[in-house]
Amino acid sequence: MADLEKFRAETRAWLEQNCPPEMRKPMTSDGDTFWGGRNTKFSSEAQRVWFERMRDKGWTVPHWPKEYGGGGLDGEEAKIVRQEMAAIGARQPLTSFGISMLGPALLKYGTEEQKKEHLPKITAGLIRWCQGYSEPNAGSDLASLQTRAVGDGDDYIINGQKIWTSYANYADWIFCLVRTDPAAKKHDGISFILFDMASKGVSTKPILLISGYSPFCETFFDNVRVPKSHVVGTVNRGWDVAKYLLQHERAMISGMGERGVGRPLGQIAADSVGTDAQGKLDDSQLRSQIANFEVDEAALAAAAERAVDLAKAGQSHPAFSSAMKYYGTELNKRRYEILMSAGGIDALEWESDRSKGGARPRAWLRTKANSIEGGTSEVMLGIVAKRILDLPGA
Amino acid sequence: MALVLTEEQSMLRDSARGLISDKAPVAHLRGLRDSKDATGFSRELWKTFAEMGFSGLLVPDQFGGSGLGCVEAGIVMEEIGRTLMPSPFLATSVLAASALSRGGSEAQKAQHLPKIADGSLLAALAIDEGAKHRPLQTKLQATRAGNGFKLSGDKAFVVDGHTADLLIVAARSAGSAGDKNGLTLFLVDPKARGIAVERTAMVDSHNAARIVFGNVEVNADSVLGEVDQGLGLLEGVLNIGRGAVASEMVGLSDEVFGRTVAYLKERKQFGKAIGEFQALQHRAAELYIDIEITRAAVLKALQALDTDIAKAATAVSVAKARAGTTATLAVQEGVQMHGGMGMTDQFDIGFFMKRARVCQELFGDSNYHTDQLASGKGY
Repeated sequence: MADLEKFRAETRAWLEQNCPPEMRKPMTSDGDTFWGGRNTKFSSEAQRVWFERMRDKGWTVPHWPKEYGGGGLDGEEAKIVRQEMAAIGARQPLTSFGISMLGPALLKYGTEEQKKEHLPKITAGLIRWCQGYSEPNAGSDLASLQTRAVGDGDDYIINGQKIWTSYANYADWIFCLVRTDPAAKKHDGISFILFDMASKGVSTKPILLISGYSPFCETFFDNVRVPKSHVVGTVNRGWDVAKYLLQHERAMISGMGERGVGRPLGQIAADSVGTDAQGKLDDSQLRSQIANFEVDEAALAAAAERAVDLAKAGQSHPAFSSAMKYYGTELNKRRYEILMSAGGIDALEWESDRSKGGARPRAWLRTKANSIEGGTSEVMLGIVAKRILDLPGA
Repeated sequence: MALVLTEEQSMLRDSARGLISDKAPVAHLRGLRDSKDATGFSRELWKTFAEMGFSGLLVPDQFGGSGLGCVEAGIVMEEIGRTLMPSPFLATSVLAASALSRGGSEAQKAQHLPKIADGSLLAALAIDEGAKHRPLQTKLQATRAGNGFKLSGDKAFVVDGHTADLLIVAARSAGSAGDKNGLTLFLVDPKARGIAVERTAMVDSHNAARIVFGNVEVNADSVLGEVDQGLGLLEGVLNIGRGAVASEMVGLSDEVFGRTVAYLKERKQFGKAIGEFQALQHRAAELYIDIEITRAAVLKALQALDTDIAKAATAVSVAKARAGTTATLAVQEGVQMHGGMGMTDQFDIGFFMKRARVCQELFGDSNYHTDQLASGKGY
C-alpha cells in the first residue's frame, strides 16, 4: 500500500511536470485526438511534446509489457496513472485501434514474432490500424462473412469487401476476418489475418454519413497477396480471436461517452435556457433529465471501474463487456439528446463558425452509431441473455 | 481502493448469508406477519446477531464492537435484503451506532455503545414528519426550559420505534422549517412523560411507528452533538443509512432477479420455456445490467463513506437514487414475469415488491436524491 502511495505521488509529480497546459483542456474537435500512423501530423506542438514524453516513458499503453513499448505497470499502478491523468484532465497522448482492439488480441493469441513485430509500432504510434470485420451481408450475423482467402504457396490470395471500416482511408494496416474454409460451419472456417493497407489490390471508399462526415469506409480486396504467417492464432479458429477482440472493442465503445467531456451538462444548459432566482435551470423537465442522466453516468463510471477491478481479481464474466457496451452506448445517446435539447435552436446550426461547423448536431448524429457499431444493442442483450443468464434457446 | 470485496469482506458476506438464509428465509417474515407478532422481529435471532459480532459492527473496538465500516454494514444489509429479514440492524446497529459514535460525548458513548454491541439496547432514529423525507423541514420544536429542553411535535416512519429503548430525535431548536441552522439531535427515553408511540403496520410487514411528543422534558445532557448545529451530524448519519438501505435494495433486487430468471427457465407455455422468448430475454438482460451497474454505484458510495464521509454525499445520492429505480424495476419485472403466480400471496415475490416500495421512501426516494445531485452540482 505504501509503495502504491509512493507511486501515486511520483506519477502526480511527473504528470504535473510533463503534461503541457494545452493538453489538459477538454478536447473540442476531432483534430485534438492523436491517432499516430505513417502519414500522421500533430495538430499542435503541445500535442507532439505530450505524445513523445508519454511514449518515452512507456505510458502510451501503461499496462503493456516493457519489451513491447508499454510501461510494464500492474493493474493497480495503471489505475493510478488513469486516475492521476483524469485528475488534471490530461488527454490521451495516443488513441488507436491498435491499443484498444488489436493489442489485447495479439498479446493473447499472437506468436512472439508477431508481438515483437507489431506491438512496439503501436505503442510508438508508428502504425495506425483499422478493423476489417463487417461486410455488406454480414452485420449482426458477422460469422456469415464471405471475404475469401485462398491458399497459394506460402501466401493467401484475398478477395472480397468489408464495410464500416473505421478510418480505413487513413490506416496503415488492417486486422481482418477472412473465410479460409468455405466448407466448414460458418464459425469454423474463419481466420484472423493482418496485412498492409498499401498492398496491391486494396482500395477504400469513404461513406458519407448523416453527420456529414465520413469516418467509415467501404474497403475492397482484389487479389490481395498476404503471407500465411500473418494469420493470428490457428487457421480456421479466427472466430475465437474475433470474439476476444470484440470484448475489448465493446469495452472501448462503452467508454466513448467519457471521452473529452468538458463542462458539466448543467452549466451548458444554463447558458441557453437560463436559471431562476435559486440558480436552478429554468426548465424543470430538462433539469430532471440532466440529473437522471448524471446519476446513471456516475453509476456507469463506477461499474467501469469495477469491471476492471473484477477482471484483475479473476472474477469477471467474459461477456460482461457486452453489458457495459449496451449501457454505455445507450447512455451516450441520451447525453446527446439532452445536449441538443439544452442547445435549442443554437444546436441546429450546421455550418457557421459560431457553431464550429455544426459540431454539436454532427456529434449528436454520430452517437446514433454507438448502439450499432461493435454489435447492436439487441445483439448485446442477446449475448447477456445467453452467455451470462444462460436462458434457453437464445 | 479496488471496487471489489476483499477476502475478509467476502468471508463476512458468506457468514451473514449462511446465518440469514438459514434462520430467516422469507418464510420467517411471513410467519411474523401472519401471527401479528407484537415485536415484529425475532429477539432470539438478534441475540445470535450480537454473538456473531454483527450488532456491534460499526461500534468502535473500545466500546466492545468490531470497529468495521460502511462497506461491511452494507454487506450485512445486502444479505438482509435477500430474505427481507426484519431486524434491528438498520435502526440500532447502523443509524444509532453511527450517530452515537460520531456525535456522542464520551459519557454518551460509554453508556450506550457497549449495549448496542452486546445486543441489549435497541434504538430508533426519529426524523421524518411529513409524507416525504425532508430533514431540513424538521418542525418538531425544542424549546429551552430550565437546564434543558421541552420537545413538542410529531414523528412518523420511525423504524423500530415501537421496540426502541432509546430514541434519537431530530428537533428544531432555532430558526424555522427549511433552515440549515437550528437543528439539534436529542437522546430521549421513549418511556419519558409526554411520549405516545403508535406502532404502524406497514405494507411490507416491517416495523415502524408514529411518535407524538407532547412537552417532553429532556435535560441538557441528552443533546447529541452540538445545539443548533446538528445538521452535519444528521446528514452524515443519514448518508450512512442511505448507503445501507441502498445495499438492502441491491440484495433484494438480486434475489428477485435470480428467482425470476429461474422461473423463466422452468415455466413452459406454447410448448417451450418462456425464457426462450426474445421479448423476455431482452428484458431480463436489461434488468441484469441495471442491477450490476447499481451494485457498483452502491459499493462506490460505501467506500466513499468509509474514506471521507464529508465528501461522500454525491456518491450516496447516486447510490440511493439508482438502488431505488433498480429495485422498483426488479420487483415490477419480477411480478410481471411470474404472471398470475406473482400476484398471489402464496408466492414470495409480492413481499419483495412491498419492501422495495418502503426502501424507496426510506431516507429519500430516487426523486429526492436525483434533485440533491442536481442542487449539489449547482443547476
